[in-house]
Amino acid sequence: MSIKPISGPHVVAVRSVDSIMRKVIVALVPATAWGIFLFGWPALYLCAVTILSALLFEALCLKLKGVNAGPYLRDGSAVLTGLLVVMTLPPWAPWWIGVVGAGIAIILGKQVYGGLGQNLFNPAMLARVALLISFPIEMTTWVNVEPILAGPGLLESLSITFSGLSDLDGITGATTLGAVKTGFSQHLTLPGLLHEYSGILAFIGWERGSLGETSTLLILGGGLWLLREGVIQWHIPVSLLSSIALLSGLGHLIDSQHYLGPWAHLNSGALMLVAFFIATDYVTSPNTPLGQMIFGAGCGLLIFIIRSWGGYPEGTGFAILLMNAVTPLIDHYIRPRIYGRYRNGKPIDVS
Amino acid sequence: MYILSAIVILTALGLFLGLSLGIAAKYLRVESDPLIETVEALMPGSQCGQCGFPGCRPAAEAVVSGAAPLTLCPPGGTSLVEQLAKLLGVEVDLSQTKDAEPMVARVSEDTCTGCTRCFKVCPTDAIVGAPKQIHAVVADACIGCEKCVNVCPTECLQMHPIEVTLRDWRWPKPLAAA
Amino acid sequence: MLALFENPRLRGGVHAEEHKVETSGLPIATDMPLPKKLYIPVQQHVGKPAEPLVKVGEKVLKGQLLAYSQGTISAPVHAPSSGTIADVLDFPAPHPSALPIRTIVIETDGLDQWLPLQAPDDPLSLPAEEICALVGAAGVVGLGGAVFPSAVKLDLGRKNKIQMLLINAGECEPYLTCDDRLMQERAGEIVTGIRLMLRGMHAPEATVGIEDNKPEAFIAMREACAEFANINVVQVPTRYPMGWDRQMLRYLTGREIPADGRATDIGVVIHNVATAHAVYKAVCLNQPLISRVVTVSGGAVAEPKNVEVLIGTLMSEVLDFCAADKSRVARLIMGGPMMGDALPLSEVPVVKACNGILALSEQDIEIPEVKPCIRCSTCVTACPVGLLPLEMASRIRASQLDAAVDLGLKDCINCGSCSYVCPSNIPLVHYFKFASGELYKRQQMEHKSEQTKRLIDDRNQRMERIRLEQEAEARRVMEARAARAREQELAKLKAQQAQQSISEPTDIATAEEVR
Repeated sequence: MSIKPISGPHVVAVRSVDSIMRKVIVALVPATAWGIFLFGWPALYLCAVTILSALLFEALCLKLKGVNAGPYLRDGSAVLTGLLVVMTLPPWAPWWIGVVGAGIAIILGKQVYGGLGQNLFNPAMLARVALLISFPIEMTTWVNVEPILAGPGLLESLSITFSGLSDLDGITGATTLGAVKTGFSQHLTLPGLLHEYSGILAFIGWERGSLGETSTLLILGGGLWLLREGVIQWHIPVSLLSSIALLSGLGHLIDSQHYLGPWAHLNSGALMLVAFFIATDYVTSPNTPLGQMIFGAGCGLLIFIIRSWGGYPEGTGFAILLMNAVTPLIDHYIRPRIYGRYRNGKPIDVS
Repeated sequence: MYILSAIVILTALGLFLGLSLGIAAKYLRVESDPLIETVEALMPGSQCGQCGFPGCRPAAEAVVSGAAPLTLCPPGGTSLVEQLAKLLGVEVDLSQTKDAEPMVARVSEDTCTGCTRCFKVCPTDAIVGAPKQIHAVVADACIGCEKCVNVCPTECLQMHPIEVTLRDWRWPKPLAAA
Repeated sequence: MLALFENPRLRGGVHAEEHKVETSGLPIATDMPLPKKLYIPVQQHVGKPAEPLVKVGEKVLKGQLLAYSQGTISAPVHAPSSGTIADVLDFPAPHPSALPIRTIVIETDGLDQWLPLQAPDDPLSLPAEEICALVGAAGVVGLGGAVFPSAVKLDLGRKNKIQMLLINAGECEPYLTCDDRLMQERAGEIVTGIRLMLRGMHAPEATVGIEDNKPEAFIAMREACAEFANINVVQVPTRYPMGWDRQMLRYLTGREIPADGRATDIGVVIHNVATAHAVYKAVCLNQPLISRVVTVSGGAVAEPKNVEVLIGTLMSEVLDFCAADKSRVARLIMGGPMMGDALPLSEVPVVKACNGILALSEQDIEIPEVKPCIRCSTCVTACPVGLLPLEMASRIRASQLDAAVDLGLKDCINCGSCSYVCPSNIPLVHYFKFASGELYKRQQMEHKSEQTKRLIDDRNQRMERIRLEQEAEARRVMEARAARAREQELAKLKAQQAQQSISEPTDIATAEEVR
């Protein structure tokens, strides 16, 4: 018994930061494993490099801060950030892309704000956008699907990741969104552009794309599991996905030559990953259910706008960062109603 | 030609505005800074001198001119600092400032000679007594200015921390580092 | 996912591990041995402390008045057993600070002899005012933990023409089962208590809300109420803090009490179920509130059970009775684990507010490491009031109390739901309690500085008056002196003149003589 008064509650729920982070990582593992299977050993090497450097950067920052790094490294947040960064990278990207990405995410995305829980922008998306702008070639070189046993071997893969590709043309191509955007600039229209496109394969994830973003199915599964576990709430994914489905459906109905349908939208790019794992990031999304719905809908709207009319084929990174910037504003205006008061804070009038 | 007219107009404008400002400064002059008065009104007004200034007015002047920090007044405590910060539009990091433990004077009955010096200096009439009789401090009225301690010839007046009772016990700040 | 279809009447809350089965199946133990000494604090209620009217050495009988209520919001205390008044002293209170409180100590004589009681023949036909008076005189206070004098509430209800009496039998705190057992064993008496309360307030109907984790109590109460159509017994979902009276009211009626008002504003009065039982005893048996049922439980208690304990019994003795292992007690709690207070020592008396004594072991209370907030907003979801605990706590950490008040600090009920669910284990409730205390201190300080200003003004005026008086006095003295001087001058002059007039003839005479 202590002299210092201890306030209740004297019992706590078993949920902890560490367990939340662990669950999110577990939910991401199938999609990552699929990516490694799909794109071979280079993808595995890139994963290792990125996650390790994320941990190193985290340790370095904490050391500079003069904090004991141990407990913070164990909480899994750095691993998760590294994992999310690598999942958005082209699978055969050179090793330094992974290192720079992890560095941007951990140092500029998280630690300069004061560490866990303080950042304004989602670190992984910040890294992705910064890399995309700085190294457009490396960041848009999408390798063909080369399953792990059919593709380059262990040693050959080492040279792919660590000394770069020499001849790209034979083994790379465009993602669906990229092909569509390029096609539009050549005055082609949709049905012709998508003659090879298979919705089912895209859903399963058998297509070119970022390391961990191809399989809608596996990401969706992980996300639903997180929902069931109570790690994330339904508000953001549902509002994000439904707003984009609604908008693309509308666009497709009006002009099916120039607007991708909802199915293609939902199965392309980083959308699923963003909806369940990035937009739901606690730190950078609003606190209240209503705020979260607005946030999700805003993300969906921006993604649709950038994909349809913007210069980039994929807009999830920019959309998330823009909505992150609006989050404090949403939190300021959308507050829960307090018991016995109206929304404006005045006590309920009973007379 | 254009240049000439521009010069003329601007000069005239400058002269006119300068003149009106001069007139305004002369006729609309504010006798003393109202801010100082407002600040002084917020202060306890006991002229106790714990801030190092001779009284509340000089202290208020120092605060307004920025020569003294907002945290200068111990009897005013954190609430005064907050009010001043609001009034002057200054950000103050209150997490570092801490209220000094509130103290009150107490008379030791053994050594009090009833010299009446203490209750003559007490700014709040917190000391009661009569000549040649033991004095006592009304703790509620005592502001802890220590003036009486300084004049007491027998050192029978001492400052003591206020005793916490069940009624005014409050939760301390959580220890949490994070 | 289910949140979409959530009942809007049921906001926030948490499901805590219940730990109720340990005690809910065992009958209330009434065979606790009479303690040698009883320590009765004079204040066991909200409001003014009672004033002792017994002297040291006086003999008292069981149920005799020890200290009378002072003022409108106050309650008397009575002797829990017969014996001699051993002392009236300052004794540690059952409070997290264990600061002393004025306490009457009775040395029991072992006879447990009652004061002659005059139980009314037909209590249910007593006039309302008399019921309230009896309840007030018996020192009945809210036994759910709020300890507001019940008679005051009944009077308030009668004056406000209420439509409904809500009996709160939520007992949502984990571990506690005292109300549960009381309803299982003494449902008939409780129902009589409820009927007396209805009569005392001229209220038409009552609703009893029982959490659905107490099916036996629900059945017992429903059977006891079967013949009274105006008493409804309903089940409410088990979700902490359902026992927060306003939450239960919202769930049952869909109405909310205004933030600045009380339940009577919307025509409702809420009483705890144990209070109803105390009302029955006070009116039908004319027995004052001198004992209560206490749940004794926790990992360090070998024989957890509900015990009927005399007010004033030391908690250490109650723990001994339930075979608690002192070496395993990691934290001693009065009340439930969510809102109860951790006590620094066990030598404190059981008071009217004490519905549970929990001796929790190391396994019961994990003391996890505090981590930074990750803004997961689980606390926002858990808050039954609709506050933003994470935002409030961050403001308080930066000492921005005003900002915290703007966010609704004053609406916080300290239920602990937010701290319970926080994955970073931030002591949110502690922050809010601290901030409320700081606000109070600040208010006190502002009050004091105003008072100081007045005192200084008074003093300055007095000094000015004294100075003026002194000046006037000085002037008067001066004038008087001047006047005297003038008079003397005048007198001198006169004397000289007189002398001259007398001396002149003499002179002449002398001159004549000389001549």
